[in-house]
Amino acid sequence: MSIRAKAESLWNVDILGKNVLAFQRWQAERRPFKSSKWRTDILAEPLRIGARTKELIGLHYLEGRYANGHRPVAWVTSGGPVEILQALGYYVLYPENHGALCGTRRAVVDISTEAENAGYSRDICSYARTDIGSMLSGKTPVGKLPKPDLLLACTNICQTVLSWYRVLAKHFNVPLILIDTPFVYKEAPQHALDYVQKQLEDSIPTSEKVAGKKLEYKKLQQTLQLSKDATELWLEIMGRGKHRPSPISVFDQFIHMAPIVEMRGERVTVDFYARMLKELDERIEKGIGAVKNERKRLLWDNLPIWYRLRYFAEYLGERGISVVASTYTNAWGELAPLIDVNKPLESMAKTYIYPILNRGTQYKLDTMRRMIDEFHLDGAILHSDRSCKPYSIGQVDQRNRLIKEYGVQALLLEADHDDPRAFAEEQVAARLAAFVEMLED
Amino acid sequence: MDKIVALGIDVGSTTVKMVGVNASGDFEWNYLEGSDPRVEDQVDSFLQRFRTETGMTDSVPLVATGYGRKLVGQAEKIVTEITCHAKGVFKQLGHGGTLIDIGGQDSKVIIIGEEGQVVDFAMNDKCAAGTGRFLENTAGRLRVPLDQMGEVAIAARDEVAISSTCTVFAESEIISLIAHGVKVEPILKGLHRSLIIRVVAMVRSIGLIPPLMLSGGVVKNPAIRKMIEEESGEPVILPEQPQLMGAYGAALIAQKIAVG
Ligand code: SF4
Repeated sequence: MSIRAKAESLWNVDILGKNVLAFQRWQAERRPFKSSKWRTDILAEPLRIGARTKELIGLHYLEGRYANGHRPVAWVTSGGPVEILQALGYYVLYPENHGALCGTRRAVVDISTEAENAGYSRDICSYARTDIGSMLSGKTPVGKLPKPDLLLACTNICQTVLSWYRVLAKHFNVPLILIDTPFVYKEAPQHALDYVQKQLEDSIPTSEKVAGKKLEYKKLQQTLQLSKDATELWLEIMGRGKHRPSPISVFDQFIHMAPIVEMRGERVTVDFYARMLKELDERIEKGIGAVKNERKRLLWDNLPIWYRLRYFAEYLGERGISVVASTYTNAWGELAPLIDVNKPLESMAKTYIYPILNRGTQYKLDTMRRMIDEFHLDGAILHSDRSCKPYSIGQVDQRNRLIKEYGVQALLLEADHDDPRAFAEEQVAARLAAFVEMLED
Repeated sequence: MDKIVALGIDVGSTTVKMVGVNASGDFEWNYLEGSDPRVEDQVDSFLQRFRTETGMTDSVPLVATGYGRKLVGQAEKIVTEITCHAKGVFKQLGHGGTLIDIGGQDSKVIIIGEEGQVVDFAMNDKCAAGTGRFLENTAGRLRVPLDQMGEVAIAARDEVAISSTCTVFAESEIISLIAHGVKVEPILKGLHRSLIIRVVAMVRSIGLIPPLMLSGGVVKNPAIRKMIEEESGEPVILPEQPQLMGAYGAALIAQKIAVG
């Protein structure tokens, strides 16, 4: 550990950064909301918690910037079992989350082109391309990303991560822990659970070695508890969408989900979501809907279209349509009940084998149907994501069955979650317009 | 002629159509001409013609549809072609089913419910193969006039398979077929087949609910209807003026505004 790195981090993060960010948040919270860009004629004012989201994420990336040299750094896939690393004091970076950030900041084409120029095909997931492009060029809208000392890839979301993380491992020349999670058709068989648990156990010595310390069982339990608490709160937050009008739209969820993805096992994350839940309850009490004149309610399937969140929120909001549930944000909450702090590794194996992308397409269809009932939805937008094959497979059938067997309207919209070059402006607008007319008819 | 209470205009990529309807929504008047890039001026001249031809001076509500719909400043409302075609065809034929609309720039399949509502739709507007443009482009290579393509294709005894689904590659394929001495007629028939197979696949993807109906300008080509019937195994019903169904549907929506 370098004393200099430690001192730099202390000064830039703990003394300067933390206070500046807190002050900025404090200012933002006190200022009455005013923005020429936000359509307050159709949408509720942005959630106040937004100031804290900014602070939290800002601080997270700032910590990352000064992490190398005094704190072990791990790069992890979004569905990776992160609690062991957190309990060991790692700074954890989620390249997918960074990719989403690049998407909202419209930086993807520039960064991804770096990867494409190095020979990576445009058919590869845009998160992977953005990350590899960033790795090769150092480009990032957050200033600087810390170099990893350890990589952790879990195949419970897709097989892309397998090759992607091998590229990272070769480039950074650091160990790669691979957690292979067998696909679950209905129920995960015991041998599959045992297999995942064994891999988790096996990952500990390497993680300890890189971190230079031993894993404390108690610390792991605490981290898991925090993870569970935050996840449960997130689940409750999403459940508030059942109210009419819904106090929160999925576009809000997409923005405020960052902490549950990248800061799951931390105390601040639990406090953050508790505060957010409170704000939503205030909205419910006052009858405030995320969309002012909520007339129709929809479901969103698949990843967000990060560079077009505002476009969708406004186009639909203007027509009194609120998108109140999504299979994507739900994926970060639905597994909360499986976490059991008394059986850390056993329950982690379960939690990390059951994500929606590691299950059969029937499960997704069932999830959508359940949401249609519970959230009283009139229809669904299924984003067919050019990048994310495991999420998009089966959507044509799922859409047809929602219409024919479930009697709701459903639209398949082709785009890409991060790469705007796969977003055909006119075609999207034409389909969306016809879909909205159908809903209104 | 009954009093016209509402107008619909369909500003398409190749032609602009206007239809006037009476208070019961019956077809009373129409006009069609090639598209002009100065949309608002062209709409003005359409309105002028409407007044001169019908002698009507009151202003009536206008609803616009088609590619250029957003440019029609004179319109009270703009509505997509999907809804308009469905409304027009339903009013004229009196039943729902599956409507295929092959336009110059895109093709659509619309499932119309028992009350004339749009139940589902599929669109192809990302790839020229599967649209009228596919035939236009490729037939240009064969030097067959557009309005004779259908007859020539139907009359052909033989047919060659065109394997390229892409319009640009299909064109190169034609060049090489010609270079190998293949006759124009079988190539043309193969081109029609290739287009129709794509369209019927789109119908199948959202599920055919009979009867099958057809609208849009491409309908004037007789091979299209015949081959859709062959490929789908379903008889195809045509409205009286297939090319005007979008404008007619728009007029019906305007008529709702007029009579309240
Ligand atoms: S392919 Fe899908 S699951 Fe895999 S990294 Fe890309 S977006 Fe995530």
